[in-house]
Amino acid sequence: MTWFLDHRAEVFDLAVRHLYLAGVPLLIGLLLALPLGWLARRFRPLYPPLIIGTGLLYTIPSLALFILMPGFIGTQILDPVNVLIAMTIYTIALLVRTVADGLGAVPGDVNQAATAMGYGRVARFFKVELPLAVPVISAGLRVAAVSNVSIVSVAAIIGVAQLGSLFTDGFSRSFLDPIVVGIIACVVLALLLDVVIVAATWLLTPWQRAGRVRT
Amino acid sequence: MNAMIGFLTDPAHWTGSDGIPTRILEHLVLAFEALLLAALIAVPLGLWVGHTGRGRFVAVNLAGAARALPSLGLLFLVWLWLSGTLQGDASYVVPTLVVLVILAVPPILSGVYAGVEGVDPAARDAARGMGMRGTQVLAKVEVPCALPLIFSGLRSAMLQIIATATIAASIGIGGLGRFLIDGLSVRDYGQMAAGAVLVAVLALLVDLLLALVQRLVVSPGLTGAFSTARPVPEDRRAEPSSTSLQEAA
Repeated sequence: MTWFLDHRAEVFDLAVRHLYLAGVPLLIGLLLALPLGWLARRFRPLYPPLIIGTGLLYTIPSLALFILMPGFIGTQILDPVNVLIAMTIYTIALLVRTVADGLGAVPGDVNQAATAMGYGRVARFFKVELPLAVPVISAGLRVAAVSNVSIVSVAAIIGVAQLGSLFTDGFSRSFLDPIVVGIIACVVLALLLDVVIVAATWLLTPWQRAGRVRT
Repeated sequence: MNAMIGFLTDPAHWTGSDGIPTRILEHLVLAFEALLLAALIAVPLGLWVGHTGRGRFVAVNLAGAARALPSLGLLFLVWLWLSGTLQGDASYVVPTLVVLVILAVPPILSGVYAGVEGVDPAARDAARGMGMRGTQVLAKVEVPCALPLIFSGLRSAMLQIIATATIAASIGIGGLGRFLIDGLSVRDYGQMAAGAVLVAVLALLVDLLLALVQRLVVSPGLTGAFSTARPVPEDRRAEPSSTSLQEAA
């Protein structure tokens, strides 16, 4: 524990970098998965190719994707942008299916009621379908957030600084303390992101706590 | 990119104990060993949790918590812990296998128990009504009905195993990860990229293989169950249901 107290500032700095590398792709991935999920739901023939395609992306092992990124986008191997883009790809891979299924779970008569009330396609999507799909999307987002935090640490092998650097540091010196602190910090960070998502979902879905009114 | 193609097309890299075929075989053997060990632990446990409903809370939270564990940290931690007690090849083979199994158990466990738990109660009742005992219901009704979810657990465990086996090259294990880690240490991007492509293709092919086995093993009467995961068109929806929204909450 004394090791942690002596290196608090360093661990905090790495945690901030870790949060950036895991969190920013989560937001970008969500923003990109929304239209893709909508497409998969709106045009049925697109569903299988989109879901299978994004599923295939998820099979690429993280270290391999980090290493291949410079070949695709011409960056240097140490550039954090490689990690940001790779993590965005993983987030999209997880979320497109969730968004499509979440939108698909909106009851048909709710959509019809919205149309009857005069909502156009666009307004209905943003004011009725998307809000009702929030609980399903949020469940997927929680999975993506936790797995992003875990995967980002692998980037320490290619030298991108974040909490995973504590692992490579401890490994190269055969020193247990940084490794243990790093693991705990990763889990705490994942938990923190999870709490933020749960809180945001709570704020976005007031109807779910209004005496369980059926939607 | 050219460096990568150069590495892959060099015939010298396709033979010997550090050649590509040897590394692929090492990777596959390690991955299937780990999957088998993890399944031996997780499948009986998952069947028990799913069939009896006991320990459900523990199983759910275990699976969630395990996802948050950083595989790289876990790998180095177990390696350091065991480093004093093991010699020779075992000093990196044992920690690697231990970590692969730790990471593969939760997805298999949650697939198995969720599959068994999700079996239509009517099917279970019918089996009991026909005079089946608990173990017969499990073996003849619950397991066959749960196979799609059991396979999805096995497949996500296998992806996790192949990815983690790659980074385990940094503690000395063989397999395709060697090209990535060795290439990195000598700044040979061609070798790294070649290894990365090979491991990505390997992961894809193994997943396809498991998907194929799943297709052969799962009863055709059940494949209709896959369609419940897909959005049902509005005109074909039997009744408005809010279950999926409620469940996720």
